[in-house]
Amino acid sequence: MSRSPTSVQERVARPEAIEASTIIAEIKAAGIKYVITLPDIVTSNSLLDAIAKDSDFHHIKVCKEDEGIGIAAGLSFCDKRALLLIQSTGLLDSINALKAAGVEYSLPICLMVGLIGKEIDRTPRNSENCGVRIVEPILDTMGVTHHLLETQPDASLIGPAIRKAYSSSSPTVMLVGRPPRTSP
Amino acid sequence: MRRDDCIAALARHRTDQIVVAAYHAAFDLMRIQPHPLNYLSIGAMGLASSNALGLALGRPDKQVIVLDGDGSLLMNLGSLVTIAEAAPRNLIHFVCENGTYEANGGHPIPGQGRISFAGFAKAAGIERVYEFSDLADFESEIGGLLRTQGPVFATLKVEPGAESPKDWNFIHGPETRARFKAALKQA
Repeated sequence: MSRSPTSVQERVARPEAIEASTIIAEIKAAGIKYVITLPDIVTSNSLLDAIAKDSDFHHIKVCKEDEGIGIAAGLSFCDKRALLLIQSTGLLDSINALKAAGVEYSLPICLMVGLIGKEIDRTPRNSENCGVRIVEPILDTMGVTHHLLETQPDASLIGPAIRKAYSSSSPTVMLVGRPPRTSP
Repeated sequence: MRRDDCIAALARHRTDQIVVAAYHAAFDLMRIQPHPLNYLSIGAMGLASSNALGLALGRPDKQVIVLDGDGSLLMNLGSLVTIAEAAPRNLIHFVCENGTYEANGGHPIPGQGRISFAGFAKAAGIERVYEFSDLADFESEIGGLLRTQGPVFATLKVEPGAESPKDWNFIHGPETRARFKAALKQA
């Protein structure tokens, strides 16, 4: 029976995906009280399900992702911390809003963005999927800080990213490259 | 009725409310009632109502009034559904309907004169919905509207009034946001 090289690589070298419960603990510790969401297929089954059931969060459901950037902007003037949980397609659709509120107004807009279509064995920049491949270069061009969350050690990036966004009043984007694990 | 007359009528009843204003309504508001709680930096076109929802949720102790444009709201009709779902009791959303993209050359909006913003709001699930096309009616009702539990939506069928100075740098400038933030902290 033949076996593809990818499956061998998966068995041998691939560390476990980041845990949804760890992400939630990190965003709570960073002071996030409002989570603004439009379902994203990468994070839907683990992260969004848990957030929607968590009464520690004010969960705001939006119809389009750029709405969420406006809502987060308004909340930031009230010193309330918010996180947008959206899909990369929605991020691309919201570039003008992120440019205005995050880059030009220097507001602390925090996004967690599932990279729909990202291959597990490729970096976002090397993805064959155009919608994945262009995300980091666009954020770089805009001067927006970004981080990649895939495996459990990446969880340590979350708290500092959110705290820096608020302390420096600047946007940050956390890209989720693999579906987070649900805790056993 | 003229938009600036409507804003002047609103200003006569304003006490300590936050007023979020989009583009030409913002210019009229700056001329008629400069105020530290005027929120003028809405960022991208269409997002006045979303910024206002964030403010309303973040400061439930303050009433938030939105002066939206019709072209702007057409870009963000989903926000009516989001507002209805979030149901902030302290949010009043006015749309100034003049049928044109006034900030972009005065071209007609799609559906000019054939669509109903009040109908959109009602269908989105906002229960308290009003429409005004007569200034005397608006003046007699505005005080009561401001005492109505939100979310409230009202269409103001308007034409432009006197020309207001268009200080885009003021609207988008960092000092404007810093002043608002400091005022909100004190309010």
